[in-house]
Amino acid sequence: MEIKPKINTDADVINQYTGEKWYYSDIVKDHFFHPRNLQLDDLVPEKFDAFGMVGSPACGDMMSMGLRIDPQTETIKELRWKTFGCGSAIAATSMFSVMVTENGGMRIDDALKIRPQHIMERLGGLPNRKIHCSVLADKAFRKAVNDYFRRTNQPSRIIIEGARVIDPKLNITDKDIEEAVLEGAMDLESVQKKLKVGIGSPEIITEVEQLIRFYKEKYYG
Amino acid sequence: MSSNHQEIYLDHAATTYLDPRVKSAMDLYWEEEFGNPSSLYRTGRRAKDALDGARASVARMLNAKPDEIIFTGGGTEAINLAIFGGAHFYSNILKNVGMSRGHLITSKIEHHAVLRSCEALEKEGFEVTYLNVDENGLVNPEDVKRALRPDTILVSVMYANNEIGTIEPIEEIAQIIREYREEKRKLVAEGDKNVHERLPLFHTDACQAAGALDVNVQKLGVDLLAFNGSKMYGPKGVGCLYVRRGVQLKPLIYGGGQERGMRSGTENVPGIIGFAKAFEIAHEEKEKENKRLTKLRDYFISELQTRIPKVVLNGHPTRRLPNNVNVSVLDIEGEAVILHLDSYGIAISTGSACTSESLDPSHVILALGRPYEYAHSSLRFTLGRRTTKEDLDYVLEVLPEIVEKLRRISPVRMETGQTTVSHPEAFAGQGSKVKVGGKTYK
Repeated sequence: MEIKPKINTDADVINQYTGEKWYYSDIVKDHFFHPRNLQLDDLVPEKFDAFGMVGSPACGDMMSMGLRIDPQTETIKELRWKTFGCGSAIAATSMFSVMVTENGGMRIDDALKIRPQHIMERLGGLPNRKIHCSVLADKAFRKAVNDYFRRTNQPSRIIIEGARVIDPKLNITDKDIEEAVLEGAMDLESVQKKLKVGIGSPEIITEVEQLIRFYKEKYYG
Repeated sequence: MSSNHQEIYLDHAATTYLDPRVKSAMDLYWEEEFGNPSSLYRTGRRAKDALDGARASVARMLNAKPDEIIFTGGGTEAINLAIFGGAHFYSNILKNVGMSRGHLITSKIEHHAVLRSCEALEKEGFEVTYLNVDENGLVNPEDVKRALRPDTILVSVMYANNEIGTIEPIEEIAQIIREYREEKRKLVAEGDKNVHERLPLFHTDACQAAGALDVNVQKLGVDLLAFNGSKMYGPKGVGCLYVRRGVQLKPLIYGGGQERGMRSGTENVPGIIGFAKAFEIAHEEKEKENKRLTKLRDYFISELQTRIPKVVLNGHPTRRLPNNVNVSVLDIEGEAVILHLDSYGIAISTGSACTSESLDPSHVILALGRPYEYAHSSLRFTLGRRTTKEDLDYVLEVLPEIVEKLRRISPVRMETGQTTVSHPEAFAGQGSKVKVGGKTYK
């Protein structure tokens, strides 16, 4: 029997200014309307083995996450989360929580290898502009894992986020962008003049713009 | 579109459906009266007559002369013509008297059609002052006064804001500009040749206002006023720029010299007929309709605040468009609300970054001096001719549940009146320090 894919012809969100349409896959919608592993009550750090909270002031979204970890096997037994985030952030975090806890739970080291692309694949894709929303789950998880290492007295395992590569094609890091902003480049255009960042990688533009805003706020308020 | 509970459209500030009366007024001009108004034979003359009739009618309602009406391809084009046209024409004159490129004044809460135009002019070497607004979104006319300079070419302040509905003090600003020009006139009379007494021009973007407010240009005291059909139940792709006699603009579009040479291109006759008809209907019905909408608006705002905790009104409580409701529902994110409401067939919009092209949160809400979370949590409901109390009651029935659900999953806990971001510690850890309210987080 031939299965015809369901083609979604109604845009889910239409930009009021540009008319750009965003389509969400059925999996995204399912996770948005029925998020898995949500913490409905307050997320109290002490009640978990690990806790992490992240956000970005420019984007205004926020995520907090609590983990229960089996100390013997270092597998993730439970992941609970809360977010002040859009549909994509909710769906991506819900999917992430399924990925790290399914089949008895992932080992911490394996879970740390999950990249936003992997979440996207499981979700059946996200609109280009919304990819960065899935990064929030990843960031909160890393912070929580560091908290676990701290609590279990394994300081050597704490992952220190140094310079992070933003543009893998040109090997440009967040530090490069920070410097460009400090040198007075205040928008994407002028940062690109200095660094060529994101030229040829449109998928990272959003993150670059966010970083520019973040550093702009930080240094120029 | 119907007002049953399958589809409740509450985004009339984005665009409106065509009024059937407008549609029937346009019917004749597609196939039967298809002539080009510039043609000399009968078909052309009939099209010209129709066009002249529409122009006279629009002029009458604006209390203007027919030759002061320039039809354009929409509101954005009318605004661009006012800003670029004015800046470029008068910049040349300023140059002749040895002045700088020129200066413009606008507000921080303008529509992107104004802001992006001003930014483009900045790149050409013009200077632009972006005025702050108060917590309700009002421009202070005194701020305009302080910003005026001898080389100010244009002041552009919107009549009513598209996001928060605040109605700006256009008459007061016009008065200040008139007084400034009066002083210049004295200088000219005393023989000062470095002064241009016609400047600054005063432009207002009336796209949201034209269908609801008084657009008597003499009373308002504006030199340029832009508005369009698609926000007042008329066709899309038609707009109009009122250009006061004596004001000159450098055209954006060159060609056959239509619209007094300011906007070439064969006139969109059916569109213009529809535009004029839509404006006539709005003009006749607005008094009654405004009363109805204001009552619905205030009912909706007060019910929202009664049924849902922590709902903050954005924009002025009374000086606002009769159809505009903009609230920040604290602790939740706008796009998530929109997706939930959409599943109930309710269409609204948000100032959350997550629905904008640039991923910037609403510049309007931020300009009110509110933290990012307010912008991300803002919901805009704009009512219209087909909106009934039943529609609003349905929204009031389903929204509290959605808010409740999203609040339970949200880690944010804002207090009304809070002016800094919540949980600044969440924003640290990017290898950077974040300073919030005097405290530094690492």
